[in-house]
Amino acid sequence: MTDIIRVEDLMFEYKQEGSEDSVKAIDGVSLSVERGSFTAIIGKNGSGKSTFAKHINALLLPSSGAVYVNGANTADEDKTWEIRQTVGMVFQNPDNQLVSSIVEDDVAFGPENLGIEPTEIRQRVDGALCAVDMYEARTMAPHLLSGGQKQRVAIAGVVAMAPECIIFDEPTAMLDPSGRREVMDIIKKLNARGITIVLITHFMEEAAAADRIIVMEDGKIALDGAPKEVFCNVGYIESLGLDVPLAARLSHKLRGRGIEVPAGIADTDELVGFLCQYR
Amino acid sequence: MSIQVSGLSHIYSKGLPYQSVALDSVSFEVAGGEFFGIIGHTGSGKSTLVQHLNGLLKPDSGSIVIDGVDITKGKVPMHGIRRKVGLVFQYPEHQLFEESVYKDVAFGPLNLGLSADEAERCVREAIALVGLDFEEVSQRSPFELSGGQKRRIAIAGVLSMKPEILILDEPTAGLDPKTHNDVLLMIRRIHETTGNITILVSHNMSDIANCCEKILVLKKGGVLMQGAPAEVFVRKDELAASGLDVPPVMDFMQKLSAGGLDVKTDIFSVDDAVDEIVRALNDGKKETIANMNICVRNHPC
Repeated sequence: MTDIIRVEDLMFEYKQEGSEDSVKAIDGVSLSVERGSFTAIIGKNGSGKSTFAKHINALLLPSSGAVYVNGANTADEDKTWEIRQTVGMVFQNPDNQLVSSIVEDDVAFGPENLGIEPTEIRQRVDGALCAVDMYEARTMAPHLLSGGQKQRVAIAGVVAMAPECIIFDEPTAMLDPSGRREVMDIIKKLNARGITIVLITHFMEEAAAADRIIVMEDGKIALDGAPKEVFCNVGYIESLGLDVPLAARLSHKLRGRGIEVPAGIADTDELVGFLCQYR
Repeated sequence: MSIQVSGLSHIYSKGLPYQSVALDSVSFEVAGGEFFGIIGHTGSGKSTLVQHLNGLLKPDSGSIVIDGVDITKGKVPMHGIRRKVGLVFQYPEHQLFEESVYKDVAFGPLNLGLSADEAERCVREAIALVGLDFEEVSQRSPFELSGGQKRRIAIAGVLSMKPEILILDEPTAGLDPKTHNDVLLMIRRIHETTGNITILVSHNMSDIANCCEKILVLKKGGVLMQGAPAEVFVRKDELAASGLDVPPVMDFMQKLSAGGLDVKTDIFSVDDAVDEIVRALNDGKKETIANMNICVRNHPC
């Protein structure tokens, strides 16, 4: 079994307050996520990205269709805890995710709740803090940390529960550029250790770091492919209210001016190399 | 209308064991009608600084002269200052609270003691300034609007008090790319329409470079540098040492230049970059052809 997540014709409807009509936040999405892969989901505000992500660990249940995690249906209540242990989530605002007044207590909260042996909790907490480069700060109070550091502690809290997959819902939206870089480095590192990553983001440069990008629009999948393939469609991506990485935008515009930049350059260094050799 | 800040210092928890210096003799000037940017790493003092500019915080030393009046002096009435200096906080839509857009935007002017008629005029103007249709949105609940619209309404709630100086703290954080650009365009249009001082605090170096005439860079509560975008961003290494980046377009041009393509590097917008690259490539071609001609002339067969 190589797919950790399988989504079949997922539909999610909800009723808007004061109105009889229901809104389809997710409208017929089918996809699989390979174990150990790194998938980015992009789409404008209200396109259904976060709603979709909340289906993967049973925070929301489908109106119709089904979501399977390791073969277990998220609608099966007996499997809910197993699924949430398999799939962890990290949200946008680090301040909303920290519960304790000491960093290592906060990270221990998850494994304690799972009823794990104290000696193993100690190992997991230390391991998780090392994984996010926050071991040195283990006895500090979270409110004294920077945004990027807080977010790394929140990630450690999820890592300590030893999930097979982590879903990041705009984890860098509230961070400054260096905090954003710190968190992205950790995400790549966790993926290299075999954890499946699903990253929801508005930053196209972050999405470009994934193996696969899914573009959502109106609750449907608009595009699905490798970053190079997806970011070729500059005009279409812009019409969806999104952006492409700088290198893709420059390539697109340079092509319009008669400079034959090869298709599929999505990386700054590649484009610099190409232009400096261009004669 | 101008702002002169000199020797401004602010210490949090003064006298306590964990006191910390948030601002350390900061001095700068903002001229009338200027679009002014403030950048700095998290914790560098940006938010502390802007909260001094409308009197929310009092300095431990130094002065802030706005329109000829030192607002740090004891007897200056604060409500006049707060009317003159509009401050839009981060994620301002979290501060929406009324049941209709109209009431939310009217809250400020009514609080300042304007009559209902005057307040309505202010509300209409403010909603137009943020690019929304008064008839369409005024009676709706602010909470049923989209993220971008909510942010516009929250900004309108400050504009309705007709501030002569508008300060925006991270006004585009958390927005999707299109909404980000729309809100930024709106801010530029408001600046052009009103001709007022606009102060933008942001982590987005592209936005800062493309909007601002002058930039103040803060580091650990002190001024690291100030000047026009081209003057500031050319000091890439110092910025990097302070946890700051140069705008991505400029970074790209610097890489091209380092790679041997003869391009100007003080460029911040994608369109200017494309023009410059095309120019450099064409000049390069001409040069190659000229060199070939020389070769041919020197080596007649």
